[in-house]
Amino acid sequence: MESTTEQPRNISGSMQSPRSPSSQPYLSVSVTDPVKLGNGVQAYISYRVITKTNLPDYQGPEKIVIRRYSDFVWLRDRLFEKYKGIFIPPLPEKSAVEKFRFSAEFIEMRRAALDIFVNRIALHPELQHSEDLRTFLQADEETMDRFRFQETGIFKKPADLMQMFRDVQSKVSDAVLGKEKPVEETTADYEKLKHYIFELENHLAEAQKHAYRLVKRHRELGQSLLDFGKAVKLLGACEGEPTGKAFSDLGTKSELLSIKLQKEAQQVLMNFEEPLKDYVRYVQSIKATIAERGTAFKQHCELAETTKLKEINLDKLMLTRSDKVGEAEIEYREVTALLEIL
Amino acid sequence: MMGSENDDESHLHSSKEEMENLFLREDGDPLTINHVNGDKSNSNYRSAMSTLSDSRHPSIVVTPADSDPLFAPPSYYRESRSPRSKPNGGDRGSSYLEPPSYADVIFSPFDDISEINGSEDGGSRHSQSSDSLSRSPSSLSSDYIKITVSNPQKEQEATNSMIPGGSTYITYQITTRTNLSEYGGSDFSVRRRFRDIVTLADRLAESYRGFCIPPRPDKSVVESQVMQKQEFVEQRRVALEKYLRRLVAHPVIRNSDELKVFLQAQGKLPLATSTYVASRMLDGAVKLPKQLFGEGGGASSVEVVQPARGGRDFLRLFKELRQSVSNDWGGSKPPVVEEDKEFLEKKEKMYDLEQQIINASQQAESLVKAQQDMGETMGEMGLAFIKLTKFENEEAVFNSQRARANDMKNFATSAVKASRFYRELNSQTVKHLDTLHDYLGLMMAVQGAFADRSSALLTVQTLLSELSSLGARAEKLEAASSKVFGGDKSRIKKIEELKETIKVTEDSKNVAIREYEQIKENNWCEVERLDRERRADFLNMMKGFVVNQVGYAEKIANVWTKVAEETSQYGRESS
Repeated sequence: MESTTEQPRNISGSMQSPRSPSSQPYLSVSVTDPVKLGNGVQAYISYRVITKTNLPDYQGPEKIVIRRYSDFVWLRDRLFEKYKGIFIPPLPEKSAVEKFRFSAEFIEMRRAALDIFVNRIALHPELQHSEDLRTFLQADEETMDRFRFQETGIFKKPADLMQMFRDVQSKVSDAVLGKEKPVEETTADYEKLKHYIFELENHLAEAQKHAYRLVKRHRELGQSLLDFGKAVKLLGACEGEPTGKAFSDLGTKSELLSIKLQKEAQQVLMNFEEPLKDYVRYVQSIKATIAERGTAFKQHCELAETTKLKEINLDKLMLTRSDKVGEAEIEYREVTALLEIL
Repeated sequence: MMGSENDDESHLHSSKEEMENLFLREDGDPLTINHVNGDKSNSNYRSAMSTLSDSRHPSIVVTPADSDPLFAPPSYYRESRSPRSKPNGGDRGSSYLEPPSYADVIFSPFDDISEINGSEDGGSRHSQSSDSLSRSPSSLSSDYIKITVSNPQKEQEATNSMIPGGSTYITYQITTRTNLSEYGGSDFSVRRRFRDIVTLADRLAESYRGFCIPPRPDKSVVESQVMQKQEFVEQRRVALEKYLRRLVAHPVIRNSDELKVFLQAQGKLPLATSTYVASRMLDGAVKLPKQLFGEGGGASSVEVVQPARGGRDFLRLFKELRQSVSNDWGGSKPPVVEEDKEFLEKKEKMYDLEQQIINASQQAESLVKAQQDMGETMGEMGLAFIKLTKFENEEAVFNSQRARANDMKNFATSAVKASRFYRELNSQTVKHLDTLHDYLGLMMAVQGAFADRSSALLTVQTLLSELSSLGARAEKLEAASSKVFGGDKSRIKKIEELKETIKVTEDSKNVAIREYEQIKENNWCEVERLDRERRADFLNMMKGFVVNQVGYAEKIANVWTKVAEETSQYGRESS
């Protein structure tokens, strides 16, 4: 898989290049400054998204907008719709636990993940040209809100048929895994790839689970060292010298160690577990794309059949009555157009 | 053994100083402070000695109970100190040198420490409690005694089987290896059941009032079914072994007759079940005394030496209870008050110490658990990654995948290695921190010793107040009879009898006072000894614990450093 995570933000070398900025195209994004807005149940976190670019489609060398998590979701969904077959970078999950939602740790983890998300898009050879990306990076907040509400509201026009098939998506896994026999596009290589992806997810998920536990263990060990240090110091207070001093020293060192362990826990979390989680999400995103592919294929087949039927119908009509022909022709054209899109 | 010593005071004190100097000489920095303590104990000791009348000294030598430890604490003190102090010599010093790299030292210090502790045959609890740190007796010139409890077997009660089958019980084989001269041989074993241990413990509690006697394992009130389950039997076996080892570690108790009989006498244990019914009372088997309904005369001087609480003398118990109540209400100021401020301070300190030890041992337990969890999780994570590696290798399409899988495998095996180290670290940690648990038991022993003192004091107070009330009665009678001209035959007779009783009570009072003073002395010696040993043990524990932590931290760090170097290219790629 790609390692775009690790690549530098800029497509070119450095932003501070003394050459004229327009010599090399670059698009650099950062997600920063999480701020809690709103009250009570409706409270949410907003992030500052800073775009630095010299691409012509963008307004000016730098633009700063305020975005919230659901805006990122919107972007992801739009890309998923528009760029079929492309692996869309994953988003961090919505938090289920209310209390945790505003903890400093969670907010930071989310910010980092969102930053990676946007950058992966910005660096992707195809996705970076997306109009939705431009909207996301530049539109003012009101426009963004409008877009976002649209998405969650009614469906857009050309997708009526899509809607029908989207409902079927729950059966996607079965379809992809080949449980539904007839309408299945497959080659040996493709199957192998699918199997690999699915198994990979399991392994990664397990590894991540243990990584998470390891973080917890570090924290627990840190805590118990702290308690032990305190207890030992108290014990030392009861004893005369030299034992008393020895206990006191032991206790102090224990407490110092405990702090280090907490720091280590944090490092393991950010540098080990989070990336693992990220890859799990990525694999899940790939799976979603594979599923889409399967669905699309099915749609394609079904549409092909429908097209054939309509063609037959049209021909029939043309032979019999001409007033219905117009209608049928339109239908036929629509269906063919859909087929093209697919 | 002890009676032959010529215990006059000056001899004693010079030898004591000698001991302290010995102790000073071989120990390095940590224990120089003992000098201060030693002085203090010296002066305390002297003051304790001086509360006794001079007449006491001849009695020490003369008393038929020559080996009676109650009357000869000084000699034990000297006796046991010297053998222990000598082998300490050079060894102690070396263990406190900073090793160049702990990682190298890590597997040898456990041998070093065991040698050091091995030389303290009576002292360090540390060496006693763990099998792996067993001493090497052959290298020592001093005394040793090693006890093993093994081979539990089911046996049946032969007699009174009106019920066919009878009741069964478990016996344990108790093997002793020793070179102490008091014991007949050097290697012997007997079979004992738990009831015998209880008897032994009770008899020791009677004979060694004021001493810090290690507490015996609990009686468990469980069904006979559970009694025979292997787990229970094994737990009990371990507990018995620990208990007996602690007993022989005690410099006074190891020489007791009761213990010798227990360890050596073949066949059924020939120790009379004691008059000390305290433990049996806890079992609910209280018998009504006949005395309660009879005429209680003056307490005999022999019985006075025992605490009322444990004895069958319920009348005396009643009297003492009444006395303690009157003490509490402060109606009449008790003639002998626990005015020893030092004692009261010490008692409080001991209580504080006990609380802290409890707390520390709890935290130690959770530390051990956290370390264990860390090791486990680390190992599981390593395994998960090994599975991932295998998977990648199987499914690999590109060679680069295989190369990465290989690196991942190194990472995974490092995690597994680290996990193993954590586990080793932990098992050593347990051994070290166990010292805390051991001392919990000993704090109980201290409580027992202090309780002995309190009850002896109560006895004295009771007798004193009884004496005064008897005296008052006598006075009244005399005054009344003097008014009758020619004498009042019946009254005179009563006065005679009363005077007899007073004399007996007076004697008892004196014995009780001696007993009390003796117990006070014992308390002091024991507490001093305990403090000293505890400090040494705790220092040992800490050293061991820290050396352990450092050594394994180094090992684990090496493992990760190595794999970090091997995979450093990934780090470079991403920056």
